[in-house]
Formats: sequence, C-alpha cells, structure tokens
Amino acid sequence: MNNIVIRIAFAVASLLGAGSALAAGAHMAMEEWPSDRGRSVASLQNGARLFANYCTGCHSATLVRWNLLQNIGLDEGQIKDFLIFGRQKVGDTIRIAAAPADQKAWFGKAPPDLSVITRARTSFDYLGTDYIYTLLRGYYRDNSSPTGWNNVAYPNIGMPHIFWESQGPREATIEQVHERKDEKTGRTHYVKAVTSYDPSGNATRKETDLGATGSESFSYTFKPLDQLQARQFDSDAADLVAFLAFITDPSRSKRIQIGVWVLIFLALFSVAAWRLNAVYWKDIK
Amino acid sequence: MAEHKTTYSGLLGWIDERMPTLMSEYKKHLSEYYAPKNFNFWYIFGGLAITVLVIQIVTGIFLVMNYKPDANLAFASVEYIMRDVPGGWFIRYMHSTGASAFFIVVYLHMFRGLMYGSYRKPRELVWIFGCLIFLCLMGEAFFGYLLPWGQMSYWGAQVIVNLFGAVPLIGPDLAIFIRGDYVIGDATLNRFFAFHVIAIPLVLLGLVVAHILALHDVGSNNPDGVEIKAKKDASGRPLDGIPFHPYYTVHDIFWLVLFLMGFFAILFFVPEFGGYFLEWNNFIPADPLTTPSHIAPVWYFTPYYSVLRAITSEFMVVLAVGLIGMAALTLMTISNAILRGAIAVGTIVVLLGFFTLDPKFWGVVLMGASVLIFFGLPWLDQSPVKSMRYRPGWHFWLLIVWVVAFLILGYLGTQQPTPTFTLISQVLTLVYFAFFALMPWWSRMGTFKPVPERVNFKAH
Repeated sequence: MNNIVIRIAFAVASLLGAGSALAAGAHMAMEEWPSDRGRSVASLQNGARLFANYCTGCHSATLVRWNLLQNIGLDEGQIKDFLIFGRQKVGDTIRIAAAPADQKAWFGKAPPDLSVITRARTSFDYLGTDYIYTLLRGYYRDNSSPTGWNNVAYPNIGMPHIFWESQGPREATIEQVHERKDEKTGRTHYVKAVTSYDPSGNATRKETDLGATGSESFSYTFKPLDQLQARQFDSDAADLVAFLAFITDPSRSKRIQIGVWVLIFLALFSVAAWRLNAVYWKDIK
Repeated sequence: MAEHKTTYSGLLGWIDERMPTLMSEYKKHLSEYYAPKNFNFWYIFGGLAITVLVIQIVTGIFLVMNYKPDANLAFASVEYIMRDVPGGWFIRYMHSTGASAFFIVVYLHMFRGLMYGSYRKPRELVWIFGCLIFLCLMGEAFFGYLLPWGQMSYWGAQVIVNLFGAVPLIGPDLAIFIRGDYVIGDATLNRFFAFHVIAIPLVLLGLVVAHILALHDVGSNNPDGVEIKAKKDASGRPLDGIPFHPYYTVHDIFWLVLFLMGFFAILFFVPEFGGYFLEWNNFIPADPLTTPSHIAPVWYFTPYYSVLRAITSEFMVVLAVGLIGMAALTLMTISNAILRGAIAVGTIVVLLGFFTLDPKFWGVVLMGASVLIFFGLPWLDQSPVKSMRYRPGWHFWLLIVWVVAFLILGYLGTQQPTPTFTLISQVLTLVYFAFFALMPWWSRMGTFKPVPERVNFKAH
C-alpha cells in the first residue's frame, strides 16, 4: 500500500512536472524497480552484502552508521565479521580509504557518497530507485570509452561495470533518433542511428535519414548470451537498490506504520470533535 | 487605585485578587469576544495558521539543539537529526511539512480576506499587520531554506541574493554585504541562521499579537460583510455575535483535526511530497562548483519568481505602454493639480528608467511589487459593499481569474523557462497587476445587491 501511495504521489508530481521534461528534451524512460524487494529482509540483507563487497571499494556512505543494519535483521557480530572490512567499529559511519582527489584523477569525478542516493537521484521525471536500477543494469561493452564500458542511463559514465562477471556477456543495440542541421541548406532533418555492440565492445553503426519530420528518441535492447546469469544479476541489482533505498530513508517503514495509527486516531477523534461541536452549537439560533 | 474585588474562589480567586489582568484578558479575547455567528469554512485558517506557527516554533527549538550552522557540518547534521536523534525524523518532517502548510493556510486566509472584503474600513490595520506577517513568513522561509545546505539551498540563495546586485550603483556591494562573502558561504549560513531562529521569529510573534489585538478591537468581519456591532441587545452584546469560546473553539477543533489528518498523511507517507515540500536536489550537499541545470525556489515563492523571469528587455515596451495607460487613466480621474503634476513627472521618470536601467532590475522591482501590492488593497478597493456576496457576480469571477493567474504563475515558476512559458507568464503578469491597478475603477462598476441589516445564519 505504501508503494502505491508513493507511486500515485509521484505520478501526480510527474504530471505537474511534465512541462520540464518537454522543456529539457525527451529523456530515456527508466525501468521500474520491483519495489516489493524493499519489504523483504532477505533482499535487504543480500543488498547489504553486495553493497559491502562491491560498492564500498569506491563509494562512502558517511551519514550511515554500520549498526543501522541491525534494522534489517543483522546483529553486531554479523556486521563486523561479514560486512566491515578494515578497522571500523560497528558504530562508525561507512567511510572508505580512497581519497576523493585520487578518485577524481582516476575516474574524472569522485564517486558520489551513497548515504541519500535514491532521493538525490529522484527528479520530476523518474524515481531515484528506478534510475539506479536502470543504471546498474544498463552497462554495455564499448571499446571507444576509456574504461571499456558505457551505460544507457548515464552515457560516458566514469564508473566501470563493477558487476560484469556476474552479469555475463551481452550484446547491445542502441537506437537513437536525433535532429541534424544540414550545413548547406540550413534545414533540419531527423537521422536514425542504430549502433550494435558485440560482447567485446566492437561497434557497428548504421544511419538512415528519416526526412524532415520526426522526433528525437532513444531506446536500447540488450541480448544476454547467458540468460540464467543475467536474470540472477537483475535480481541482485534489485536487492542492491532495495538496500540503497533503505539507507537513504531508514525511518520509512516505521514512519508508515506509525502514520496509519495516527490517522486512525485522528479519524476517530474527528467524530468526537464533530459531535462536541454539534452539542454546543445546537443553542445558536 | 481601587482595590479589585474578586468574584472567583479558590486558586483562581487568589490569582485574580493579585493579577486581575489574567481573567479580564481571558474574557476580552476568548469568553466574551463576540464573533459573528455566520462564519463559514473560510474562517478556519487564522486558527490553523496559529497552530502551524506553534508547530514551527516547538519543532524549531528541537532542531536547533542538534543542527550545526557550519558550512562543513550543516548538511550532515540534518541527516544526523533524521537518523541518530531519537524521533529526529519526525521533528524534521514536522518542520519541513509545516513550512509548506504555513503558506497553504496563509494563502487561503488571505483569499478569504479578498472574498469578503475583510481589509476594508475599519480593518485596514488588521490587514496591514497581516501583510507584514506574510513578509516575515517569506523572510523566515527564505533564510530557513539555506540551512539544510543542499544544492537547492545554496543555489536558490545565490540566485535571490544576486537579485540585489541588480540595484543601480550600489548593487554589487549590497549583494556582498548581504552574503558577507563574495559567494554564499559559511558567513552567509551563520547570519541566515541568526535571522531564521531569532530575529524574524521575534518580529513575527510581535506582529501576530498586533494582528489579533487590532482584530479584537474592531471585531471580526463575516461572509456577509455586515458590522455586527451595529445591532446590540440591552446588555451591549452584538445580536449576531457569539462568544469565541466555547463556540468557535469547539468548531475550530473539529477543523483542526481534519487539517491534521492531511498534515500527518503527508508527513508520514510522502514527506517530500513529490519533490515540492522537500526538493530532490536538496539531498545533494551544496557544491559551489556545480550549478544545477535547473534552479527553482520552493513552490510558495514560484508565482513571484515567475513575475521576475517574465520581465525581459522586449517586455519593457509592453510595460511602458501599460504604465502610460495607467497614468492617463489616473490623470483623467483626479482633479487635484499638484497630484496630477506629481503623477505626470513620476511616470516620465519611471519611463526613462525602463529604458536606461537593466531589465533585470525592473524584474526585481516588479517581483517586490507583486508582494507589496497587497498592502494597498484597503485603498484600491472602492466597492460600496465589502462582501462578494453583494457585489456584481463578475467581480467574483474577476477574483477567480486573478487566483488562476496566480496559480499558473506558480506552476510556471517551478518549470524550466521556454519561449512559450515565458510568453504565458508575461501575459499572466499583466493580468496579476491589472487586477490590482485597475481595482479603483472596476470595483465601483456594476450593480450591487442590497446588504442585509443582520447576518444570514441557518441554525445547524
């Protein structure tokens, strides 16, 4: 029910914000993160495992303490033994050894802190959870990029594909329609470019002229060579997003629980207040 | 001074003998304050505004206990409140939801005033204190919005403080004086904190007291715009008045509960309210080196922000035509020679300014005017009756057109500017100002209905 409320509120906000999407040019539609993962303790714990093993190499979460993970059913010993690498205490916040200045030199940009990431990446156009879910699953091999990887949700991303082994090899096809101005005639026409990347990142590009009418668009398809591995990775990515959403907004489940009781109380109280009012006002003619 | 003989017994009697003020003020403002009995739904928002004010002060006190007004710590300290302080998320969301709720109830409270002519004689001072409260509220919201030190806090403050840079001659120095630095920085954060937690709240509370005292001196208006004090019974009580307490206290409690249901539904289920109450970009720490692609103020400021953005150099011609038209209309209406001369000279000076000074400056002037114009309402409105109920039907629709213009301007202010959006906001800016500027003329026109002697009231 909570997610329905949020989706509805978001749909309304998006509707209001639709103008900005039009103004900024059509953007890619994000894939929907399966939000039931956020309510599954097993998913959250798997997400915590992936987070500790894969993310904390480069990303900090300095506003989150390790012991927050007690809220997803882990005890201090488990957190210390399985999740914390190095000499941090359970009450410490999630910090990393890498210096931001070095990271900037290595990747072009220091990796963002992940403490409130699913909120920070939300916009009027899409939810942050959907964005990160799409991003994690949106990598493809591209020999022309410095890391050898590219991403449909974040073109020319500095972060390499950290889960490439678990996701398995894939072919990617990216279809893009964009406006082009003819330098001689000055007229604009639309060009459709289809780029196919083989599993080792070699690109073949085919362009077709669509003429003067059309609209800009962007779409992609991935063809995993190992279906089973790809499906397992999709599930892992959903769990990792569940964990990131949890550390972003840890009070959420408690908040909703309390909220239901508060509203029930107020609803009952409103009846009492309404009757009390009627008793007083019956003398006023 | 004659000794005060108490009629109360027990503890109350003991106090009353020593401090008669307590009970006399209680009577004056609550149990023997006679309010018209025909208040409708639109009369609940003053009480709700006081409730929200109390929420903001109490939650604010608890937030200050844990917040760090330091550019290096501020962002993290807000998240610390939300994560590590017991009940901290509840307090913070109360305060952030309360900020938006405050504007919602105050806007509805002001709309009530426009609908029933509550600012008309003898309530001009009540209205002016109210407008001053509204200004304080805007200041309070603006200063407070910097404190979480997110991207939108930082760049929103940057944009607004830079507006002062558009003032001729002293602009750039003025902007530095306000910031205390060449960019928004730690010095700015500290002074905004001081304004937000102490300076403005003090003024605000004083004004709220003045607003209520002035109201209780002249008595409340009502949906019929009838002065209830004109018809009194033998003991001097207005025939259509009922004691505020208990009648309106029980009445307001009911509506308060309904209001709180909406308030808490947002707080517990969607505290960000789709990015309108807590903007998504503000979950990214302030970064002076990265300008967000789209900077928009929080929703309650966006109508005025749209007015600001609507003023472009091409639009100055339209404004000039409007100004000349207004001047001509005024000159035709008044006969006083000195006043006419002053208006003619003033118009020429402003017209010269239109084409010599930066349009950005005029954008700032008109944005300020769009807020300050509310002060003029008691004198702009020349209608022979107060309430829309007895004014020509089209007066009400004119008000609705203005409200719609206000809302659309608000919506456009949240959006990225496009040529179409700018054009729409320019047209609506004209509608916004024309409503007020032409009011002295249109408010007299049409057929008015007879105002009854007594208020309309159907027993519940």
